[in-house]
Amino acid sequence: MSVITLTINGELVSARSGQNLLEAIRDQGIKLPTLCYLDGLSTRGGCRLCLVDISGYPRLQTACTTTATEGMVVVTHNEKINRYRKMILELTFAERNHTCAVCVSNEHCELQTMAAELGMDHVRYDYLNPQLGIDISHEKYGVDHNRCILCLRCVRVCDEVEGAHTLDVRHRGINSRVITDLNRLWGESESCTECGKCVEVCPTGALFDKGMSVGEMKKKTNFLRRILDGREKNQWNR
Amino acid sequence: MNETLKKKRLATVWLGGCSGCHMSLLDIDEALIALVDRVDLVYGPLVDAKEYPEDVDICLVEGAVTNVENLELARHIRTNTRTVVSFGDCAVTGNVTSMRNRIPISDLLNAVYHEASAPIGVEALKVLPALLKKVIPLHQAIRVDLFLPGCPPGSERITAALNALLDETELDLQPHMRTFG
Amino acid sequence: MNSADLQHLAEEEQQRQQQLNLRLFLCYSTPCLSAGADLVKVALDELIAGLDEKQRPDLDIVATGCMGPCSRGPLLRVVERNGSEKIFEKVTPESVREIIGSFLADRAPSVEPLPADFAFFSRQTLIALENNGWVDPEQIVHSIARGAYNSLAHVLHEMTSEQVCSEITRSGLRGRGGGGYPAGVKWELVRKAQAERKFVVANGDEGDPGAYMDRTIMESDPHRVLEGMAIAGYAVGAEQGYIYVRGEYPLAAARLAKAIKDAERHGLLGSRVLDSSFNFRVDLRVGAGAFVCGEETALMTSIMGRRGQPVPRPPYPAQSGLWGLPTLINNVETFASVAPIMRHGAEWFAGFGTEKSKGTKVFALCGEVVNSGLIEVQMGTSLRDIVFEIGGGLPDGGTFKAAQTGGPSGGCIPAQHLDTPVDYESLQALGSIMGSGGLIVMNETSCMPDVAKFFMDFCMDESCGKCVPCRVGTVEMYELLQRITNGSAMDEDLQTLEELCHVVQETSLCGLGMTAPNPVLNTLQYFRDEYLAHIRDNQCPAGVCRLDQIPLLKLPEHAEQLAIFKEEP
Repeated sequence: MSVITLTINGELVSARSGQNLLEAIRDQGIKLPTLCYLDGLSTRGGCRLCLVDISGYPRLQTACTTTATEGMVVVTHNEKINRYRKMILELTFAERNHTCAVCVSNEHCELQTMAAELGMDHVRYDYLNPQLGIDISHEKYGVDHNRCILCLRCVRVCDEVEGAHTLDVRHRGINSRVITDLNRLWGESESCTECGKCVEVCPTGALFDKGMSVGEMKKKTNFLRRILDGREKNQWNR
Repeated sequence: MNETLKKKRLATVWLGGCSGCHMSLLDIDEALIALVDRVDLVYGPLVDAKEYPEDVDICLVEGAVTNVENLELARHIRTNTRTVVSFGDCAVTGNVTSMRNRIPISDLLNAVYHEASAPIGVEALKVLPALLKKVIPLHQAIRVDLFLPGCPPGSERITAALNALLDETELDLQPHMRTFG
Repeated sequence: MNSADLQHLAEEEQQRQQQLNLRLFLCYSTPCLSAGADLVKVALDELIAGLDEKQRPDLDIVATGCMGPCSRGPLLRVVERNGSEKIFEKVTPESVREIIGSFLADRAPSVEPLPADFAFFSRQTLIALENNGWVDPEQIVHSIARGAYNSLAHVLHEMTSEQVCSEITRSGLRGRGGGGYPAGVKWELVRKAQAERKFVVANGDEGDPGAYMDRTIMESDPHRVLEGMAIAGYAVGAEQGYIYVRGEYPLAAARLAKAIKDAERHGLLGSRVLDSSFNFRVDLRVGAGAFVCGEETALMTSIMGRRGQPVPRPPYPAQSGLWGLPTLINNVETFASVAPIMRHGAEWFAGFGTEKSKGTKVFALCGEVVNSGLIEVQMGTSLRDIVFEIGGGLPDGGTFKAAQTGGPSGGCIPAQHLDTPVDYESLQALGSIMGSGGLIVMNETSCMPDVAKFFMDFCMDESCGKCVPCRVGTVEMYELLQRITNGSAMDEDLQTLEELCHVVQETSLCGLGMTAPNPVLNTLQYFRDEYLAHIRDNQCPAGVCRLDQIPLLKLPEHAEQLAIFKEEP
């Protein structure tokens, strides 16, 4: 494994060659916000929160989709980036109906935590308040689209790790919705293996275990690394 | 100079909310006693004042703006108050109060006043102010100086915010002190 | 087929055509068809069928692609054996009978043709469109007679791939899809990329409102595009090409499909092209109706059969495109310029245009202009020439207010900049872009905030939904423009709008989001007064907006005008 050197926020640091820039930044103990990136899943670059300034690039780049290279000069936080992150987060909150007080994931939600960490204490844009449904037809799990931020971690984990591809997206733009099978009720899905990975990786209370009440839904994403590492080392083969 | 003259004039207002934020204010325990030494509570559900007074220093506004009465009061508050605080999630985000935005108003009124067996049914419609088509957070109706999220904001947040306002210092809440919900 | 066969076939067809007494070219492209060209064709066919045996073989009807002045369609071009040429506008089944009758009887027709010095034609420079209106796009011999695949033959037998790329570089050709990236640099990058397979992709997913340059090229002269792609394939080392056609262009897709088949049958595409060792297959891909698929990375995802959404660049397609392999992707119009460059040389092409923008550009000229239609002008032609000379000015004594270029990614150029040369840099300096070539002329009855709202509505609807700034930002910007145009906006809303524009511009994932705020920012730059009139004076200077709402803050004086609900008990 070769090591490369890059400059992050004015400090010379080392990273593994070919390492994802977001990971390289986090390895330095820098808190880089993201909602769609999750170690173990393919990168998407959709939430736009991990935008960083890289010298020589005409625009801000998402760290999660960038490979760290030798000599790269990166700034992770400055007045403009912080402001943009806050605005993007405001847009995320305005999009659907995020009512933290009555959410199963209250106090255990990545979106809620992110707002507090970035200092986003109010939303200047009109709340769009779309009329969205809840699907609790599945025996074990439920989905509340009002809380979905379309990070598509669920879609990716279902396809890339579980291999079921039960979840996907229909429509486009503001009308995008995560669907099960070809827009059938989750409870009627024939491809769903009921593994529950989607629920665990969901950063908000959009996907939840049924029977959970306000603030009871705690999620763990560390299973993902364990599964993937195990696969790599053939630990699951007899 | 007389001690009482230096006291800040504090008002609290209850718009479209559940009064939980006011409960939380009463729950700041012994800090209340210290607070009473520093402020005059000039208006709010906790005191007997019919009209919102002039020349208020700080106003804690609980609740979202849901109807014309709220809107008028909010405007009045803004005109007569130096520092307006969005107090709690309903004022800051619309929160539970704004969950009605997804439901057609006529369905809502039917369910609540016509069909439900509430003690006061259709009669109440006579005094119900005109509803805004959409419930809005306070800052979309008037300019707001400080946001204090929480449902309700916990006592440390309230104390920290009031202290900062009374000391006229910058309020610097730690991330865990400024979460919604 | 080898080069000599190709030459022979071309000469044979040229001779056949020269011997004809009368050649009738009827514009059979979409605008003329919608104006009734199909009925004219029926009338012409009947007329010919009614002629006696002696006259009939001397006559030829060619259903061609677009001739240009679409607002004057259906168009009929009559060419006599002596080479004299007349174009008739707005022909009907009745008028063609008179026209043809007069030519056969050798008398002057009672229907006036367009004047020979008609500025619409005389001010244009045709390179990409040179065959439009002269060939039946479904007859490969027509194209071959006008030199199609000659450049390919020359390139395959006389030039190395380096030489082809360097020729393109020296010609100064830049991407005609809107970006204006130097084509030669792109070709060179793909050529140098090391990979087992490479691809060439033609982007025909034209989606800007009012723009139909690519459609016309594909419908009118499909072989020109295929030849350009094949030359590119040879230059970069690709054996497979894809041409991605917008789903709303069924005619273009059908004509391309036929053209590909015909070219393969003649050995001009497929294995061992023109008896060389070069193989090149072209497959057609038809889009499913998403504007974003005109963005190159989304287009490639769509070709690969996935959900048509963009992916972050870098890596650029030249490094990692289709299936992770180096891919050359250019616009249809760019490919249409390739064959003439190879035929006449880079210096000839570079002789047209300006210092940094070489050659010609096709525009779809529409809106408030007398002659609307498809035009091709030298880069650097002034906007005034385009609108007032070629376009013939505004109808009904209208006053020029602005010209919108670049569609939903562009902006409005106001009257004070009418003398700006139309090239990539000048338009960008004005806060608009060249774009793919849509050019909409507006008069004083166009309200600029309303125009901005129209384009924002378009972007909102076409946002793919992958990234937050574009997915939500376009909706919020639309809401704010809605407020400005309905009277309920306040000064702060304008500030919020501008801030939003910047965040969406700088943080969106792909070009659609990055450029979605352009129509707003650009109209704010030149027509801020108009925005302020809406907000502060409750006035729409153009008289378009109804402004029947009020800002929330104006209560209680206007409570009844507010968006409120009061049930009468």
